[in-house]
Amino acid sequence: MSMTVGPSAPLSVQARKRKKFWNSLGLGLLFVSPWLIGFLTLTLYPFFSSLYYSFTSYNILSPARWIGLENYQKLMSDTKFMASIGNTLYYTVIAVPLGVVLAVSLALLYNQKLPGNRLFRTLMYVPLIVPPVATALLWQWIFNPQVGLLNALLARIGVVGPTWLGDPHWSKISLIIIAQWGVGGSVLLLLAALQDVPRPLYEAAEIDGANLWHKFVHVTLPMISPVVLFISITGIINSFQVFTEAFIVSGGEGGPVNSTLFYSLYLFQQGFRYFHMGYASAMAWLLFLAVLIVTLIVFRTSARWVIYDRS
Amino acid sequence: MTVAEQLPQTVQVPPARRQKIVSSALAFVVTLAVTLFAFPLYWMVVTALKGDAEIFQSPPGMVPHPAIWSNFERALSQIPFWSYVRNSLLYAVLSATGACFSGAMVAYGFSKVRWPGREVLFFVVLITMLLPYQVTMIPTYLIFRSIGWTGTLLPLIVPAFLGNAYFIFLMRQFIRTLPDELSDSARIDGCSEWRIFTAIVLPLIKPALAVVFLNQFLNAWKDFLGPLLYLNDPSQYTLSLGLQQFQSANGQEWALLMACATIFTIPLFVLFFFTQRYFVEGVTFTGIKS
Repeated sequence: MSMTVGPSAPLSVQARKRKKFWNSLGLGLLFVSPWLIGFLTLTLYPFFSSLYYSFTSYNILSPARWIGLENYQKLMSDTKFMASIGNTLYYTVIAVPLGVVLAVSLALLYNQKLPGNRLFRTLMYVPLIVPPVATALLWQWIFNPQVGLLNALLARIGVVGPTWLGDPHWSKISLIIIAQWGVGGSVLLLLAALQDVPRPLYEAAEIDGANLWHKFVHVTLPMISPVVLFISITGIINSFQVFTEAFIVSGGEGGPVNSTLFYSLYLFQQGFRYFHMGYASAMAWLLFLAVLIVTLIVFRTSARWVIYDRS
Repeated sequence: MTVAEQLPQTVQVPPARRQKIVSSALAFVVTLAVTLFAFPLYWMVVTALKGDAEIFQSPPGMVPHPAIWSNFERALSQIPFWSYVRNSLLYAVLSATGACFSGAMVAYGFSKVRWPGREVLFFVVLITMLLPYQVTMIPTYLIFRSIGWTGTLLPLIVPAFLGNAYFIFLMRQFIRTLPDELSDSARIDGCSEWRIFTAIVLPLIKPALAVVFLNQFLNAWKDFLGPLLYLNDPSQYTLSLGLQQFQSANGQEWALLMACATIFTIPLFVLFFFTQRYFVEGVTFTGIKS
């Protein structure tokens, strides 16, 4: 291997160390080479070229032209862009906390020793098996204002249901309801966490005279807080990127009246319908910064409410 | 911990009966919750079996009579179903194979092989999980376009062979639970690193391989954005894209749409039914043990 020392000549300790270093490095890199190649070509290079494109005007057909901050300036006065931010925040602020509360409630319920536990777990997970395109079509049908299931049920109790996906005031709520249908994944995570809570903690709390609520707040919740953090972060990041369901129910338009024009949908329209690749790249970078900031904030504040120490 | 303690103490019921009331109340709530999650699917199948008149009947009937099984045949005849299935299968099976191959090999490199810089690079793997796909989406599209891969399944399949951060993480967690003595003693016996990986480690991580294979299969089968970006010829469409196109053309044909959605979902159900252990393990495994 070495250029200067022949195979028969004794290697100095240092040279041997160096050789070992390079051999182990080569071996390690060889094993991770699929990822490394993918990382360099499909992550790192696109990451920086996306930043570059965000400062250009680029429509694929003619070469990218440097325009500095123009894309970012244009975004600030783009009413559809602002609407897409508003829609995405609205969706996130309602869907994520609702999802966490629902998941915790269902997990607590099923943590009781009840028959049919296996069946429950299966049925909880089942909505996650359904492809998003099928999910969106199914709920579009359930939300059908005239002949849909939901409004028919509401009519039974004397309520005239809204037009759901056809009404700009209800369309986002409808999509939030659809999202809650997939809460089963979080429930399974929480169930696993609940089963890990040491029993003696509850017994100790009982001796101290804790009631059901006390035990939940002072024992259960702190013990499952790492999972709650995980669900919250992934929930926020996912809702920043909500796309398929909104695309299907609005035919790719984000209607009615831009009410389901979420950030990712508008980005897709700009990039792949109008071929404003530079503009869309600027949007992608702002999204990246938003995800970064939110993640940092959640992590920083989580020190106050997440308990990792189990002693 | 039980709801029993919440019942007002003034109600005088014998403990045994009280216990019974509580458990049936719980069972009721549980049944209700499960129904809420399962019912939409029931509704999908029921609608798929309804005739046109019944579809628009108000209030809607909970059971179709008669069940129009020919809706399924009609749905299949209106879309090139088998071509979609073939493309979806190609995408799902090949990318799942790629995910297993790259996931296991890379995870082995990040867990059992000792080399300088390992921890730093693994940290980079974790970081990439936070990167929204929109950031790399446009340049990645341009790369695949410039090498002429748009309009084929390649941009959907090949990246799976180059490793997915989530699967690498999952596999590494799994491989780390294997004792080091196993690979160390093989090394002393003069086993090459590659042989340790293929002959000792791979057979031991079959459950993890199953988790990765099934998850990627499911991801690919469900994927809509990928096919939307890269496929433009109807003969290349996967089921996701085909169904969406069918919907834009036949927006009000609810029975046919639900029939298509049902057929689209059934293969995943069959898969899930036989392998649900792995799905549930995958969820709990990656979410908690970090």
